Amino acid sequence: MSAPNLKIEDLRVSIEDKEIIKGLDLEINGGEIHAIMGPNGTGKSTLSAALMGHPKYEVTSGKVTFNGEDLLDMEVDERAQAGLFLAMQYPSEVSGITNADFLRSAINAKREEGDEISLMKFIRELDKKMDHLEMDNAFAHRYLNEGFSGGEKKRNEILQMMMLEPKLAILDEIDSGLDIDALKVVAKGVNEMRNPDFGCLIITHYQRLLNYITPDKVHVMMQGRIVKSGGPELAQRLEAEGYDWIKEELGIKDETVGQEA
Amino acid sequence: MSVDTSLRFDKDYVTGFSNSRQEPAWLQELRLQALELAQELPMPKPDKTKIDKWNFTEFKHEATGTPVAFNELPEDVKALIGSEEEAKNVLVIHNGTPVYFALEESVKDQGVIYTDLLTAAKEHEDLVKKYFMKAVAVDENRLPALHAALFVNGAFLYVPKNVELSAPIQAVYYQDDEAAIFNHVIVAAEDNSSVTYVENYLSTNDSTDSVANIVSEVFAGSGAKVVYGAVDNLAKGMTTYVNRRGRAEKDARIEWALGQFNDGNTVSDNTTHLIGDGSFTDTKTVTIGRGDQKQNFVAQIFNHGKHSEGYILTHGVMKDNASSIFNGITKIEHGATKSHGEQTERVLMLSEKARGDANPILLIDEDDVTAGHAASVGRIDPLQMFYLMSRGISKAEAERLIIHGFLAPVVSQMPLESVKNRLVEVIERKVR
Repeated sequence: MSAPNLKIEDLRVSIEDKEIIKGLDLEINGGEIHAIMGPNGTGKSTLSAALMGHPKYEVTSGKVTFNGEDLLDMEVDERAQAGLFLAMQYPSEVSGITNADFLRSAINAKREEGDEISLMKFIRELDKKMDHLEMDNAFAHRYLNEGFSGGEKKRNEILQMMMLEPKLAILDEIDSGLDIDALKVVAKGVNEMRNPDFGCLIITHYQRLLNYITPDKVHVMMQGRIVKSGGPELAQRLEAEGYDWIKEELGIKDETVGQEA
Repeated sequence: MSVDTSLRFDKDYVTGFSNSRQEPAWLQELRLQALELAQELPMPKPDKTKIDKWNFTEFKHEATGTPVAFNELPEDVKALIGSEEEAKNVLVIHNGTPVYFALEESVKDQGVIYTDLLTAAKEHEDLVKKYFMKAVAVDENRLPALHAALFVNGAFLYVPKNVELSAPIQAVYYQDDEAAIFNHVIVAAEDNSSVTYVENYLSTNDSTDSVANIVSEVFAGSGAKVVYGAVDNLAKGMTTYVNRRGRAEKDARIEWALGQFNDGNTVSDNTTHLIGDGSFTDTKTVTIGRGDQKQNFVAQIFNHGKHSEGYILTHGVMKDNASSIFNGITKIEHGATKSHGEQTERVLMLSEKARGDANPILLIDEDDVTAGHAASVGRIDPLQMFYLMSRGISKAEAERLIIHGFLAPVVSQMPLESVKNRLVEVIERKVR
């Protein structure tokens, strides 16, 4: 396995003809953890959804390559097959499909026909990862996200990430709605994945998750683009001083994008 | 295609057909009366589906199968009934001919009668006479009349008073000829008896225009319990009329578990009359429509008795250009105090061109009752698809998972493990 590379150049994304991402550049390599921070409504989640291929978001221009391949040319499942993963802020509930069945289908989707993961091996892996995330094993047999609390859904997203072993994971506000214990568990999951063949993009508007997962690079997003980048110290300053100093520095009055006045 | 209103089967034909099978006089008489009615009566008018261009009257009537030993049964059939050790009580009818039959001595010894309908009409004339075309009336409309005039064979299951059978009684109706299926089933459970009957319809004719005209009549005596499982899997060439009707006496219970997976146009009527006080019925249906097929499903319960309870649960998936109408009807009659009726119809459409319509209807002529209904018709949720596909699952596989998930709440509640497994199998094949 080679180290992954995600390269975003001058990306523009619209939803219902309203431009949300307005020329964004970013490069993530294997072994790196990036954090994109920013207040609400600045286009962070739009970026993550567009990268995964959400049907509502339209990429109007720009280029995204993943390990040298044109990501934007791929279907959603092909992006996942290539090794991209998105832990969603609001995962869908799917009735009638158990978590375990779903995960097994997802794992087998990446494998050749006839080379499906054995049931025993799958269960062993699943048990191990669920223990790691301090999840009750009963979750394996519940319908996918149905009736899960916010925190349970987030853990479940991390569980999927650990089971699917992507090359690059985007975590979209994985920390929202989590108490401190759950936050630690989620961080434990991400840290477990950390290695030179894995890249990660954490999207958040709080610094607190970054207390447990130390990012290599921190970016601030406003008005649909990255306006400032730095190291972990940037996140700490944001935590201490908020975003106003950046707005002042850059002469930004309204940091949001595409919002109705 | 235009359909002639005059039938090509006349009195001579029906007389000859009946004679060739050495049927008792009363049956031949009934056939001839039914034939006359079939010429006069109008077609049924299923709500919201136009069937006047559907062919129910032009078909090849007769075909034959050859009796076989168990291991000579087609693999498809064996897959349905299990191994010879498992399939202890089973009737297989191939192209209208009983070709395989097994019934345990211990079942026979309790006075249970299980045989093909033609044999029953000769050997248990009085019983057949008592039940045949009694739940479904010959003169209801043209199709039951035509059915009575031309029925080929079927099954007759009679369970005496107080006999409780634990092992299911099975039947497979298998057609690999282009001829029509005119099959008739009678399940009569006397007072305080209990029985489970499971049937599978299979056919292979995809191309030639043919007809299935099927009637089932279920009689549950006081305190009796009948579980009726059916998986219909008729090929595209069949235009199907299927009428499954139940009558529940005092404290009787009829549970229907129906998997309706025909590939051709289908009109299905599943009606239960809760005659006696304290009677109960529950009708669960799953269906998948695909291709260009049009279907109309009626699930209907009449509460006549006091304290009677009726439940309808239907989940349908429409793919491709398929369209289906689901009519759920709960009719609580005057005097049926403390009765309860409940129904849920849910339809999931997978493509822009698929059509589904759920019509829950409550008709209540009594004040002192409770009733409720829920219905939903919707397209597949694009966010669910996105979510599943974002884990590397292909579009087709994601659809497959969502369909299984959508049908699972009904399938998982089916009263029989064998029916459940069979449903999952057929669903699997249909969604691939």
